[in-house]
Amino acid sequence: MSSLDGPVSAAAVHDAHDIPSWGGGSLPYAVPSKKLGMWLFIVSDAITFSAVIFAYGYLRLAAAAWPRPFETPSIVNATVMTFVLLSSSVAMVLAVRASSLGKVSGAVGWLVATALGGVIFDVLHIREWLGLIGEGVRPFHNPWGTPMFGAAFFTMTGLHMLHVTIGVVYLLVIAVGFGRRKFSAADVEVSGLYWHFVDLVWMFIFPLVYLLSAKTA
Amino acid sequence: MEHAETAGNKIVFSVWFGLLGLTVFEVILAYRQLPLETMLTVLMFLSVIKAALIIAYFMHLRYERASLFVTLIPALVFVLIMMTVIFADSSRLAHMRSLVQ
Repeated sequence: MSSLDGPVSAAAVHDAHDIPSWGGGSLPYAVPSKKLGMWLFIVSDAITFSAVIFAYGYLRLAAAAWPRPFETPSIVNATVMTFVLLSSSVAMVLAVRASSLGKVSGAVGWLVATALGGVIFDVLHIREWLGLIGEGVRPFHNPWGTPMFGAAFFTMTGLHMLHVTIGVVYLLVIAVGFGRRKFSAADVEVSGLYWHFVDLVWMFIFPLVYLLSAKTA
Repeated sequence: MEHAETAGNKIVFSVWFGLLGLTVFEVILAYRQLPLETMLTVLMFLSVIKAALIIAYFMHLRYERASLFVTLIPALVFVLIMMTVIFADSSRLAHMRSLVQ
């Protein structure tokens, strides 16, 4: 069995299933501590994002005329971004699987592919931002209506873009470290949890920000 | 280590296509002339399904012990429900604006 100060090995976690005592005495969750830590971070980060999303909802509901500036090219752009992020999540699943099977080059390749998806997402999103800024959107001013539109939009999508950017760095660090046998398959899996969470958050931002503000007329 | 407890290729790619399909459906819906409330409800319902698919299969929570799910998810859902308390004030503001005009 593992000691208290050492990392819990995957084998030890697996063995925990066979402990004949009441299930949960030694390892109540049967996951390594890093994984539990990442899950707890994800839940707290979900609350942060929710607070921002609820603030946006508050403003929009109270506003007299919320702008609907996203014309079809913007919607297509955001849809492509969604597809890229979802596909990068699948690449991440494959990276986690390859790492758990001990396929080092496969895992590194899929990790780099996942990070590449994040980079493409960022590039498309920054292009979108620059377009809006070019049309005169500022945090407290825009040409169409409620002044707070810009603040809500840039805060929500900016916080998410920051998460994607940090995720790209995180995945590349893990890819290099795993390639050099410095990190374990468990570390790859924990980075995967973070990446899937970033993907999950976008599944809420995309309909709330873009689809509900599509210029349909 | 055996891998019977993880999602296989078939499940992973089914979930992927499911998520892409739901996204396409959402985009089509955005161009229907539906009332904003209806659209918000449908879109959020679909988003919760997508989030659940990602959590269950990509984030693997379906294959973890139930204790992990019970620790993480109900508390989060409770906090989110508590947050909706602010919308009463938001609609009050909208109502007051209509009285002024």
